[in-house]
Amino acid sequence: MSKIKFTRKWLALPYALFMILFVVIPLFLILAYAFTDAEGNFTFNNLLTFFGNGSSINTILVSFIIGVANTVICLLIGYPVAYFLAHRDMKMPAVMMLLFIMPMWINFVLRTAASRDLLFWIGINGGEYPYLATMIGMVYNYLPFVILPLYTTMTKLDYSQIEAASDLGARPRQTFTKVILPMTAPGIVSAATMVFMPTMSSFVISDVMGERKLSLIGNSIQLYFDQGLWHMGSIVAVVMLLLIAIGMFATKNVQKEDDVRGTML
Amino acid sequence: MKKATRIFARIFVWTMLVLMYAPILVLMVFSFTEADTIGVWNGFSFGLYPQLFQDEELVTVVLNTILVALASAAVSTVLGTMGAIGIHYSRRRMKAALEGVSQIPVMNAEIVTALSLTVLFVYFGIQFNFITLLIGHVVLTLPFVVLSINPKLQQMDPNIYEAALDLGARPSHALRRIILPQIMPGIFSGFLLSVTLSLDDYIITAFTRDTSFSTLSTYVYGATAKGALPPTLRALTTVIFVFALVLLIVINIRSHRKKEAAR
Repeated sequence: MSKIKFTRKWLALPYALFMILFVVIPLFLILAYAFTDAEGNFTFNNLLTFFGNGSSINTILVSFIIGVANTVICLLIGYPVAYFLAHRDMKMPAVMMLLFIMPMWINFVLRTAASRDLLFWIGINGGEYPYLATMIGMVYNYLPFVILPLYTTMTKLDYSQIEAASDLGARPRQTFTKVILPMTAPGIVSAATMVFMPTMSSFVISDVMGERKLSLIGNSIQLYFDQGLWHMGSIVAVVMLLLIAIGMFATKNVQKEDDVRGTML
Repeated sequence: MKKATRIFARIFVWTMLVLMYAPILVLMVFSFTEADTIGVWNGFSFGLYPQLFQDEELVTVVLNTILVALASAAVSTVLGTMGAIGIHYSRRRMKAALEGVSQIPVMNAEIVTALSLTVLFVYFGIQFNFITLLIGHVVLTLPFVVLSINPKLQQMDPNIYEAALDLGARPSHALRRIILPQIMPGIFSGFLLSVTLSLDDYIITAFTRDTSFSTLSTYVYGATAKGALPPTLRALTTVIFVFALVLLIVINIRSHRKKEAAR
């Protein structure tokens, strides 16, 4: 018996080796690169150079604001869409849901470039309005990631509780804030985590939509990569990792929906 | 009142859908005219389609994209299936460790994953080539294969495997004939998910490729720096969209039939 368990368990060995070699070790290397110079000596210079530069602080602030704005706008649009789809206000909700995911089958860069060209045509030139164009591009890209977890949460809603609330005399607004909103909190939290961090670390959307006139944390990592400045790139990556860790810590006790990328198909 | 909300709901949802499709539909409409940019109509023409297939660079790019997607999905599916089964039968502590490691690429920002791989290859003096790109895409997709197989392993009845052994099956035989068929739907959706994630990827591709090797993402990204999308890409968008639509309909009809048959 013990011999059988032995064989099955060891099937994970190639997987474990691959993950250690190409996921765990690279992360430690980033950490090492972030705090060393080109000769390999320990230094805080990369950190000081990064934070001593006014434009870096600006980048972090802009990333944060665009991240928050994108999360809020996506939720404001996505929440009602998911609610209407889940509560039989629409015919064939599953098909409607598929329709919302379908654009994701077009290549991400192609889709982003298409929206840029369309905006250009109707007079919103990314070169003149980099922030507006980037925001539109962000919302366009992340909306499905918000609708999906919210829809999943809402299909599981106990509708009788909502009816009970209104039967017991709650006004529609009260029903919403006291019953529906708390019950859909897991969906809201996972939607927000699916949008906020990826927005801050993205660089393709801001590059393409904003005609390379705007810099997010992702853009600054990419810039250092282009110049071959691995040590500087690593320190920005470590800052990004810290932000992700803080985000995970802040939401660790909150119930969440499963990662929705698995349900995209 | 109730009816008014319902009408509002429909208008809202449909407006959002139209907005989601607008950029793609506009490209598709203007794929039937040979103008330099969208918004200019030079008369109806199918001309861009033959041009698309004669554009050797673009055809190579599309083939490269498909090659990377299929190769990385194949590697990820094999590694991930073995990994998922192995993790499922590991002892508690090992299981927790491996599951934790599987979460890293899912939680991490893609650009940090990409840079960490670049630093690894630079540190060991490895030239960027097709293999480094392949490794990048496997890192991207592998955790999702494990994640899609995991639920199937948990739903499985462990007694069937034991019964097979009691009846004299060798473990490797029982693995192939008992476990694999039961988790096949998970393996299949893991493979499909890998293909779609790989096809869509820009960041990891840009960081781990040999710069002479282009995929659709890097090609389009390069093109956007020069101005509006080249006209042939409009025709390509239409081709991809129709292909995806057909695939989606086929998959849904099949799963619908399966559900009917199961009833």
